[in-house]
Amino acid sequence: MDEQPRVITRRDILRGAGLIGAAAVTTPVILLSTPAPAEPLVPAQVPAARTAIPALEAFENLTATEADLLEAVVDRLIPSDALGPGAKEARVAHYIDRALGGALASSRQAYAAGLSALDAYSRTSRGSSFLELSPTDRDAVLVDCEAGGATGFAGSSAPFFNMVLGHTRQGMFGDPYYGGNANFVGWDLLGYPGVRTLVSAADQKSLEANQLKPNRKSAYDYVGFTKATARHDTHDDSGDDTAAHESEPKERARGD
Amino acid sequence: MATRLKDTDVVVIGLGAAGGIAVLPLAQAGLEVIGLEAGGAMTRRDFAPDEIRNNVRGWPMLTSHKTKQEAPTVRATAATDAVQGGHPMMNAVGGTSLHYWAQHWRLNPWDFKVVSETTRRYGASRVPKGSTVEDWPFGYDEIESYYDKIEYEVGVSGQAGNVNGKLDPRGNPFEGPRRRGYPMPPLRWTAFHEKMAGAARSLGWQPFPGPAAINSRSYQNRSGCMYHGFCNTGGCHVDAKNSTAVTTIPRAQATGRFAAVTGVIVTSINVDGEGRASGVTYMNNGEEFIQPAKVVLLACYTYENVRLLLLSRSAAYPKGLSNNHAQVGRHYFSHHTGAPVTALFPFDIKAWYGLPAQGVAVDNWADDNFDHSSLDFIGGCNLWAMSDRRPIAASGMSTFGIAPNWGSPWKAFIRQNADRAHGSYIQKTTLPYEDNFLDLDPVVKDPLGLPVIRITGEFKDNEQKIAMFAQDKMEQWYRAAGAIAVQRGPVGGPMAASTHAYGGTRMGDNRETNVVDRWGMSHEVPNLGILGGSVMGTSGAHNPTHTIQALAWRTADHIIKNWKSIGTTA
Repeated sequence: MDEQPRVITRRDILRGAGLIGAAAVTTPVILLSTPAPAEPLVPAQVPAARTAIPALEAFENLTATEADLLEAVVDRLIPSDALGPGAKEARVAHYIDRALGGALASSRQAYAAGLSALDAYSRTSRGSSFLELSPTDRDAVLVDCEAGGATGFAGSSAPFFNMVLGHTRQGMFGDPYYGGNANFVGWDLLGYPGVRTLVSAADQKSLEANQLKPNRKSAYDYVGFTKATARHDTHDDSGDDTAAHESEPKERARGD
Repeated sequence: MATRLKDTDVVVIGLGAAGGIAVLPLAQAGLEVIGLEAGGAMTRRDFAPDEIRNNVRGWPMLTSHKTKQEAPTVRATAATDAVQGGHPMMNAVGGTSLHYWAQHWRLNPWDFKVVSETTRRYGASRVPKGSTVEDWPFGYDEIESYYDKIEYEVGVSGQAGNVNGKLDPRGNPFEGPRRRGYPMPPLRWTAFHEKMAGAARSLGWQPFPGPAAINSRSYQNRSGCMYHGFCNTGGCHVDAKNSTAVTTIPRAQATGRFAAVTGVIVTSINVDGEGRASGVTYMNNGEEFIQPAKVVLLACYTYENVRLLLLSRSAAYPKGLSNNHAQVGRHYFSHHTGAPVTALFPFDIKAWYGLPAQGVAVDNWADDNFDHSSLDFIGGCNLWAMSDRRPIAASGMSTFGIAPNWGSPWKAFIRQNADRAHGSYIQKTTLPYEDNFLDLDPVVKDPLGLPVIRITGEFKDNEQKIAMFAQDKMEQWYRAAGAIAVQRGPVGGPMAASTHAYGGTRMGDNRETNVVDRWGMSHEVPNLGILGGSVMGTSGAHNPTHTIQALAWRTADHIIKNWKSIGTTA
């Protein structure tokens, strides 16, 4: 199946750039002593430009029920909260949906079965559909899934959870070219200063002095990189590029 | 019906890091050379700075899926079942040198003389039981001129530590003497690298910048490095990474005597009635061709070198080409680069840009650079603190037990710490053993119906002891630099397919225990040369590519100098 790339337009980028700059996260926060609220925070905390996303865009591969469930799951994995936008604003579910018709096609059945099992487990363990649960109860269901304790899955629920978490991170922190990381909210969360084709010694010094301005561009906003390459490969490593670098897992992708 | 093509002087199978080197001296010497490559050509336009494309979904197999279709199976021991593994390499003109990290180390003198030096200093009993390690048939001095040639012909940046015996404190004090410095200064350091170097000095160690086949300034009319942060499994968008696709191969083509044939899969190396190699058979778009040649150079990756020999059976070589002494596939090992150490710092490292070949090395605990009298292993480790961070990978960092992996608490954790983790890359001496080997898988086949390679191997006692020692040293280094938490990865395990795969066609004077002679020519087939890590009998604690390329040039030189005997049918 052909995966039609959706290119972030210059206009999209300009639209996103203005307000996000002010919210870009570079200063440390005190951790964990004051846990963030479980309840998603609403508009007052989120600049208006970021909510200006077409909310009802069609999904290409997931059914409506699957899409609703996936949206609800990724929203708990990386919530919108006091620290800023989460997976929903990044359009993570749309990233996954599109990839399921291309590079992640081999995971399509796992999503169908897993989301269905997740909802069934919600009903048997918490008495209602995952969509009707409170955020706290949704988290409790996901904790069970992560630990492998949720019943009704083919085998353990943990592989499904880990797959969704891996793909969620791809959609949150990957290049916006693939449909996620909308308005660069994922890169802003990490403090990643953006894709560049040249980082001079002066740029590095500036980064070290916390003075390098984030560069909100997709790789494919730079002229000259062939785009076809982004969708020809169908390799799926189940979303696990989780090592800090590729030096040890599976003995792959080693130095030279 | 196979089409028989016009005869050539030399046919080279594989145009990667090794074959891509050898074609240059051969063509420059006036020989007609044909290179057969499974992949196609890629250019800088194919190398977008895109983590999903390069690192998450695997390097794009734009022109060939050959490696994936014949990925080795893996088992730890002969008593266990092999499972399908992945393949870490790729096919293209330039091969994996297109997207490797390009750390370009010379081996140290000890690496060539592990058995005799260990025996001399500690006694023969200190060579690990079950190991089949031998001294190389020559020492470091023999290969030094070829290391030098590669550094200048391909382009290597670095800081010399020993020029003709004169030590330079800015470089590696343990390197073997070199005739001159590198052609380019080392890649630059960041503030974090300076901090790590200072921490190493505070421990009494001697840190230095590592060597890289990457331009630190413009060289041979190509750009210097742009440090954009997508070098790990990424090709270079300005051709500053010195793959054979932008260095030796174009120069070979310019002679007019070298032609690359792409998109082909070689299915056998053929022999004549005298047991000499007569050429190769390959498939191109479903059609079969025979390329006759006076000399055959096998220059695929370790797994494919061994596989093609084992698949090339004939009356003269019933167990596979050059395998009448049953040594093909033996003495296999993959570099022990696992057992990592990861640290968390209380400050941002600023590692979003830069590359894995840029960083601080410490060799005080490598090879035999320290006294092993009171230790229970031989060999050691190269400690390497580099720059390598991308957003998706950063989001997968360990939370060091202080946050969950998702939800708002995780979001708070990653917001503060995404740039505060550092993962080490520690390469360790790895030896060959009697029961670690490659053979053909009895079950799994590629789409042509040919068996894939099966890896049987595990990291043994000596390798595990080095790993634990290395983790101690790395933790010590991280703590000295201010790390607030340190985690260690597991030690030992099976030898999965690796980018540092050695042996299987080992080089040595004794034909009873080695496949190729000291020149890289088969002991059994006089006009068959073998290039690549498969000829190396030891790994040292450093990346193999520089040694592979030095040996490739040396084998080509040997063929040129002895063309009358090697290249002429008897």
